[in-house]
Amino acid sequence: MGRVDKLMTLRTLKISVFVLCLVPLSILLWDIYTANLGANPVEALLHRTGSWTLRFLVIVLAVTPIKRVSGWTWPLRLRRMLGLFAFFYACLHFLVYTLLDLQLDWSHVGADIVKRPYITVGFTALVLLLPLAVTSTNKMMRRLGRRWKKLHRLVYLIAVLGVVHFYWLVKADVREPLIYAGIVSALLGFRLLHYLRGRAPAPRLATNKSLPTDGG
Amino acid sequence: MLIRKRNPSDPKPSEITDRKSFHERRRFLQMSSVAAGAMLVPGWLVSEKAHAATKFQDVKPGPFGTDEKLTPYKDVTTYNNFYEFGTSKSDPSRYAGSLKTQPWSVVVEGEVAKPGRYQLEDLLKGRGLQDRIYRHRCVEAWSMVIPWVGFSLADLLKRFEPTSKAKYVEFTTLYNPKQMPGQRRAVLPWPYVEALRIDEAMNPLAILAVGLYGETLPNQNGAPLRLVVPWKYGFKSIKSIVKIRLTEQQPRTTWDAAAPNEYGFYANVNPHVDHPRWSQASERRIGSGSIFAPRIKTRMFNGYEKEVAQLYAGMDLRKNF
Ligand code: HEM
Repeated sequence: MGRVDKLMTLRTLKISVFVLCLVPLSILLWDIYTANLGANPVEALLHRTGSWTLRFLVIVLAVTPIKRVSGWTWPLRLRRMLGLFAFFYACLHFLVYTLLDLQLDWSHVGADIVKRPYITVGFTALVLLLPLAVTSTNKMMRRLGRRWKKLHRLVYLIAVLGVVHFYWLVKADVREPLIYAGIVSALLGFRLLHYLRGRAPAPRLATNKSLPTDGG
Repeated sequence: MLIRKRNPSDPKPSEITDRKSFHERRRFLQMSSVAAGAMLVPGWLVSEKAHAATKFQDVKPGPFGTDEKLTPYKDVTTYNNFYEFGTSKSDPSRYAGSLKTQPWSVVVEGEVAKPGRYQLEDLLKGRGLQDRIYRHRCVEAWSMVIPWVGFSLADLLKRFEPTSKAKYVEFTTLYNPKQMPGQRRAVLPWPYVEALRIDEAMNPLAILAVGLYGETLPNQNGAPLRLVVPWKYGFKSIKSIVKIRLTEQQPRTTWDAAAPNEYGFYANVNPHVDHPRWSQASERRIGSGSIFAPRIKTRMFNGYEKEVAQLYAGMDLRKNF
């Protein structure tokens, strides 16, 4: 395959994934249009946009582990776009909450952010997503250099806050938030393990596939 | 497009909705919604999965009516909290078909002169069923207006002759994980238990319901027999009751046991006392169908202040939430 072909496939891939990321939104809009959101449509919108925000955060966190395990590099090319979609669905989520649920009653919004820990946490996550979204351009990446990577590690914290937000808002059935907690822990644990291995020379030897583990 | 004769925030407790106009109104609702192209064909016409509801004969109009728009049958019967069938709102209407409501008996015990196991038909004999159109306010800050069919709880309790030691009435839901698959997981301590102070139970507003919209209760709404106490958050109105016990000590109720800092014994609707995690000042009325419908203000005792406020005279409702 030539370079041009490769570029073309990457382009096609990016466009396909872009369209795919808009599917949840399309279904949402379709369900609004056909009044197919059930008895409590605002709650349904709130839940769906919240769930998709968290799912996109999980997908973003999965990119590095997938690359390390499979050796594929193409997921890295999609990471910023996926992150921006997480931000996009978070904004929709916030919009549903402020515009449809609280109908721009800003004193209520403010009181919720201050008084209700699960909203405080969700709002913090949204605010932390802002600098990441703003610095997601090529230009900002170049300008920030090494600091870019450091800054974008904030996504670890954002995902954790997202899970805490979810855990705190459910009434009794914590199954779903716990599943997310498990996935996020695994994805972050993977990085921690990798980091620790990178620092300690002995385990690195031990995990080298070509050598038998001898405990040495 | 729906009938609204008076300001909805101004219900008239004495208003009597007779059965004929109730059914005429319902027919009108059906027709107007069909005309509007909405898919509001009543649930019992389209989904006869679980069981076909039977129409009650001889239901008399009851007191405490309201002119607020009724929540459509479909919403009342598909948006439910009934964790015995799953924790999602749509679970009960999907899975409650496995509940067997016939035969059904209720054990009556504790501080009564006439304890025993009573067949449901026996309990209903001579009770005189009434239509009761009540607001229903869930602790999750949504609400409905539901035309129940039921009878006075006080009348039934008197029949068992409570003793002078009877200070509380405790109700228990069926425990049967085969019929109630949600009970296989310990989301709540099963069986579900609720309770009222005896004077609350004797208040004329408190009813046991056996139907809604003029027909037998669908399983997901607590068939065949459930409590309805409209001035309290919905979780107090316990469903599918198999036991009534009169006690001297205040019973431990399920949500209070599960999360005592969030759910109290009284659970009276109160816009001034927030749930620790969300505001109770306003609510979302189910059934408007529009995503732009505004929230409405929650009213003290869910708008039944006149009927029940005296029960709590002198009590600190912040402490006794
Ligand atoms: C990165 C940020 C956020 C994430 C990942 C997130 C995620 C979620 C998730 C997963 C749910 C539950 C969905 C379900 O039940 O299926 C949810 C619900 C909710 N979120 Fe967020 N959220 C975020 C930010 C926010 C913000 C900024 C607000 C408001 C200021 C907010 C307010 C809410 C509310 C009100 C609910 C519904 C609560 C209820 O059902 O009572 N969230 N969110």
